[in-house]
Amino acid sequence: MADAAKAAPTHSFSEAAAQALADQDLQRALLNVKRGFIAKRAKARDKLPEFARLRDEAKAIKDHTLSYLDLYLEAYERKVIESGGEVHFAPTAKDARDIVLRLCRDAGARLVTKGKSMVSEEIGLDDHLEAAGIEVAETDLGEHILQIRGDTPSHIIAPVIHLNKETIAADFIRDHDGLPPGRSLDTVPDLVAEARAVLREKFLGADVGITGANLLIAETGSSVIVTNEGNGDLTETLPATHIVLASIEKLVPTLEDAATVLRLLARSATGQEITTYTTFATGPARADDPDGPRAYHVVLLDNGRSGMLGNEFHDMLRCIRCGACLNHCPVYGAIGGHAYGSVYPGPMGAVLTPALYGIDQARDLPNASSFCGRCEEVCPMAIPLPALMRKWRERDFDRGNPPFRQRLALKSWAFLAKRPRLYHALSGFVMPVLARLAGADGRFRHFPLAEAWTGTRDLPAPEGETFQARYRKSRVKP
Amino acid sequence: MTEKRAGTPASPHVALFVTCLVDLIRPSVGFAALKLLQDAGARVEVPAEQTCCGQPAYNSGNRADAIAIARQVVETFERFDYVVAPSGSCAGMIKRHYPELLADDPAYASRARALAAKTYELTSSLVEVLGVTAVEAQFPATVTYHDSCSSLRELNISDAPRRLLAGVDGLTLKEMDEREVCCGFGGAFAVKYPEISMTMAEAKIRNIAASGATCVLAADLGCLLHLAGRLSRDGSPITCRHVAEVLAGMNETPAIGQPQTPE
Repeated sequence: MADAAKAAPTHSFSEAAAQALADQDLQRALLNVKRGFIAKRAKARDKLPEFARLRDEAKAIKDHTLSYLDLYLEAYERKVIESGGEVHFAPTAKDARDIVLRLCRDAGARLVTKGKSMVSEEIGLDDHLEAAGIEVAETDLGEHILQIRGDTPSHIIAPVIHLNKETIAADFIRDHDGLPPGRSLDTVPDLVAEARAVLREKFLGADVGITGANLLIAETGSSVIVTNEGNGDLTETLPATHIVLASIEKLVPTLEDAATVLRLLARSATGQEITTYTTFATGPARADDPDGPRAYHVVLLDNGRSGMLGNEFHDMLRCIRCGACLNHCPVYGAIGGHAYGSVYPGPMGAVLTPALYGIDQARDLPNASSFCGRCEEVCPMAIPLPALMRKWRERDFDRGNPPFRQRLALKSWAFLAKRPRLYHALSGFVMPVLARLAGADGRFRHFPLAEAWTGTRDLPAPEGETFQARYRKSRVKP
Repeated sequence: MTEKRAGTPASPHVALFVTCLVDLIRPSVGFAALKLLQDAGARVEVPAEQTCCGQPAYNSGNRADAIAIARQVVETFERFDYVVAPSGSCAGMIKRHYPELLADDPAYASRARALAAKTYELTSSLVEVLGVTAVEAQFPATVTYHDSCSSLRELNISDAPRRLLAGVDGLTLKEMDEREVCCGFGGAFAVKYPEISMTMAEAKIRNIAASGATCVLAADLGCLLHLAGRLSRDGSPITCRHVAEVLAGMNETPAIGQPQTPE
């Protein structure tokens, strides 16, 4: 079980969801998910006839890698060392935080720049470094906005999807010191230009650059990041020390394998054929390199993942964090990411979060799904997300977590469903009574013990006799 | 009018899996399904030992009861040539999930797979198994068709109901935007998370209304009860019917959740 990082969902999902549904600004912002990502992904997929084949290939690559993960991790480490870097294994979030802090201290760091990294969010790295007196500058535009707001990401690839540009402009006016308060920040290019100017100082002054990794390549010891802003490159190459923070399942065997995954990643995420920047980093700068870091470290986080190898949640380790399942999830689209109370929201978060923090802490996440199946349909790694959510529901049910009334209703229903004669005797009696109660109205506006239904919609009344009763009668009197 | 698929018996012995919602709430759908199957040349039987497919238990994590119910359904239905349900969700449960549920049970694993192979959702059974090319029915209205998630994504059905509806006299089908998006029913989800479920229903209803249809048709009573319940609560004039009622020309029953006699 992870320690009490900000990632641990201890809040009430239902309350957070209700707040999200009532938040008009959020609801307006969430329309961008629908308008933006879904159509773009569909277009990118349609333009690539071999999309389905690529998906099978990528799945096979990841399945193979996970089956021999220990061997590939060793091979990867050897290559990193050969290229002049170091690998540090971190079993827990705390281990990873401590290792990164030690590396920063060893480098004499006062200012650290960071590329966008969900693993960093998962382990609560920024707070840990700041508490130790090291200034942290997030350099991804979205993460920069979150940092000055004291906010958290609501989407794994579009961290500020919950915000409108007016809100962001107000944050910039408030937080970016030394700029005229009356300046115009009406357009997105205005915001980008200002963030760029502010961040340039940070890039040039940083002692350590920390990035995540979209992929790690065993064959070459390289880490790969995909970005659209170029901030990742500056974070990796300008400071004297580059730290890559990645979880163990990011590994693929070869460069060729990385290319297969990359072809799916941007298309599934943003609908781009390829991101603006795809950056491969292999060790520190060589003697004849004109620039680049002098030290290169990789911190590999486990944090519960090796425990998923070979168990019923194994398939989740194929996830490449493209966000397609979030974008296509109608529940995510209704409540946004924060309501999940986890760094990882949406369908992938509903499966991964209980694996990281325990089902008791996150039981609503796999339960709050209509099992519509769109997440599985769009997943470029063919992860059976609804089936995995159901596995969590089974554990949840076995642990007796669902509310008493739910359990009672389920058990009673199952009791009758297993006894057809009793079921038909009872339903044959009850349904006509209910039909008479509803009368000519044909529906109930209120119904005892069914407020969860009738609070927001009418309950259509039964016609009268059950089908079985009417059918048996019609057979007796030909 | 029918054109049977090769290998289909001349008069196949078909079991109607009524589904619990149709049995309890809207028996007309069962009789409509019965008529459609009989008109297509099937010898239809309705086993009395049936109740529910076990989906409420299965999707709530109550695996033990889901397995017990699945065994009971296998025993009751395996002797037929085909099993047909007027629901993509229940057909999907038998077809896609029983084999997984009973995979480790040596006495039932192969029987579950065999049952899965011969189980169909109603409209797809009519088109794909019984070779129905046209129905005799009229329904003078502009309708839209709601694909349930299980029909669409578990069973890959979207063509069959539309082909059949194309033959209904007077019926105009207007497709809605975002027709592949869930309506928010999701079984117990609708009562476990009613506010989220209703937000999804409202988005669906906006698309339904924008299509210009006065009636929503679907092959799953769960979605229909949920949508009809919201539409009537909103005072909307849009009504909901199971597609089987329209295809069988059995529209005497008021639309779902509507008053017995017109007000």
